Amino acid sequence: MKNFMRYYGKRVLYMLLTLFLIASITFFLMNLLPGTPFTNEDKLSEAQLLIMQEQYGLNDPVIVQYFRYMGGLLTGNLGVSFQFDNTPVTELLASRVGPSLQIGFQAVILGTFLGIILGVIAAMKQNSWADTLATFMAILGRSIPNFVFAVLLQLVFAVQLQWFPIALWDDGFSYSVLPTIALAIAPLADSARFIRTEMVDVLGSDYIELARAKGLSRWAVAFKHGVRNALIPLITLIGPMAVALMTGSMVVESIYAIPGIGEQFIKSIQSNDYPTIMGVTLLYSTMLVVIILIVDMLYGLIDPRIRISSKGGK
Amino acid sequence: MSNILEVKDLKITFDTYAGKVQAIRGVSFDLKKGETLAIVGESGSGKSVTTRSIMQLLSQNANIEEGQILFDGQDLVKTSEKEMQNIRGKKIAMIFQDPMTSLNPTMTIEKQIAEPLRLHQNMNKQQAAERALELLKLVGLPDAEKRMKQYPHQFSGGQRQRVVIAIALACDPDILIADEPTTALDVTIQAQILELMKELQHKVNTSIIFITHDLGVVANVADRVAVMYAGKFVEVGTVDEVFYNPQHPYTWGLLASMPTLETNGSLYAIPGTPPDLLDPPKGDAFAPRNEYRMKIDTEHQPPMFKVSDTHYAATWLLHKDAPAINPPAEIMARQKVYKEKYAALHTEGGAK
Repeated sequence: MKNFMRYYGKRVLYMLLTLFLIASITFFLMNLLPGTPFTNEDKLSEAQLLIMQEQYGLNDPVIVQYFRYMGGLLTGNLGVSFQFDNTPVTELLASRVGPSLQIGFQAVILGTFLGIILGVIAAMKQNSWADTLATFMAILGRSIPNFVFAVLLQLVFAVQLQWFPIALWDDGFSYSVLPTIALAIAPLADSARFIRTEMVDVLGSDYIELARAKGLSRWAVAFKHGVRNALIPLITLIGPMAVALMTGSMVVESIYAIPGIGEQFIKSIQSNDYPTIMGVTLLYSTMLVVIILIVDMLYGLIDPRIRISSKGGK
Repeated sequence: MSNILEVKDLKITFDTYAGKVQAIRGVSFDLKKGETLAIVGESGSGKSVTTRSIMQLLSQNANIEEGQILFDGQDLVKTSEKEMQNIRGKKIAMIFQDPMTSLNPTMTIEKQIAEPLRLHQNMNKQQAAERALELLKLVGLPDAEKRMKQYPHQFSGGQRQRVVIAIALACDPDILIADEPTTALDVTIQAQILELMKELQHKVNTSIIFITHDLGVVANVADRVAVMYAGKFVEVGTVDEVFYNPQHPYTWGLLASMPTLETNGSLYAIPGTPPDLLDPPKGDAFAPRNEYRMKIDTEHQPPMFKVSDTHYAATWLLHKDAPAINPPAEIMARQKVYKEKYAALHTEGGAK
């Protein structure tokens, strides 16, 4: 347990360092963007512009702004948004992150779960029609953008069959079904293809033959001995995939009129809304490093060879 | 002693892109209760395919063209997959070549040993765990209680092979197939594992088919030896017969290329390479490499000639019309030892 704590304590320290670096680099890069938050406000006179910039501290040297921002960050103050009526960025993110997280999480779970099943079937029925079909579906899912699926799903299940609401976000689970499916297609395709390759590999290994020699059926062997070993490399893939999905897919969010962060991020970049850009970037990166940590912990859970134990394996 | 297994005229082919590979071209043998039969031969001679066919675990592109595999009177070739699952691990068990890869890396040793027990003996979790512990003690794994809960990567190669043996013995199988169980181990561990297998055979009285290409190992463990070449048995006999009175030129070659304490300088090597089994030769498959080949060798496959009740060899040299030849000096020396031993046994009244 002591080793465990020391290891993860170290990991958390590195995470904080990573976030600090990301925040710094983003801050300076962002200030290289042409224009100011008020460039698009045509009605402002030269004098008014200066006053506004003075008010938001934009006339100070970048380095001063940087230290001011980082200071605020330490106390949890992410500043106020320029474009959304001076709403604090933390409040803005908090109100928007929920739907994105929910849909993203559901999509990752659904996609990888179905993907694993599809991949295992394809591997077990190698070179049969089922395999070809699974591969075909995987390629289709990978190559067609998710907004095409989003629109199709909307047309069929919301407009024609009317099983689900067309759009909007009303806190009901039914509103999240279609966007979840649309977002799940890509992870489904990816993990199906990945698991198929891994499973074919694993099924050819000696311990699978030994398990067969014990008298287990092919499918029992595949699920008891195969899947777990085939899963190990997939976990690496799931991490970044989960972050990408949970941090929102802008197009899918706008098709279903979901108040998520994806859309907001684009808007904030277009309008040089510095505090919002920083806020969203930090949110993304925090999620990424946290998920990477979780992935590493999952590794230990699934693969005993990389388990960190205080016993110190022999 | 009655036969637990009889293989009759087994022929197996593999479909490949290049065509049908005739991996097994008519193999017949029997295995008696409690005996150890060693099958020796070089890589690709069909040793493993023969045993995989007994387990009915051949790859999907394999076809059993002909023949029977009678286990306790039941033809395994015709047995359904469902029934086979009841035989595998319960009545016929297997030990594999490479202990480093034959255990599931993500499952505890206990679970892996318990698996066949729970499957075939209807044991509950606790009974299986108790039996697993017994088995680990039986195969001589120290500190078994603690080690049961560990994973394969925490074991050395020799220890893992002990675990694999424990799994194979879990349900007291009638036949144990050991497919080169010591090949991947270093020599001292090899000796330990062989010793263990011999000891266990006495304890549990199972029949063993021992596959190897190491003649030194054969001499150690086997009662009888079958020499395999290009998908056929070329010589079968007791260990003494095959080692000291070999009749087939291929067996001569194998024995001559085995280092002994007297070996001085370079080792003998059989010239040439094994035939392509996509298109096996019309006559004796060994003929092109045979220094003693005769005209008939290239035209007709030799039948099994009887040397003694237990000793058969497939070479035209044993035909009554064959010219007398002198085997290599090394083999003559062996035959001399055999004759002396044989004579000695007789003067002692044939005690053995």
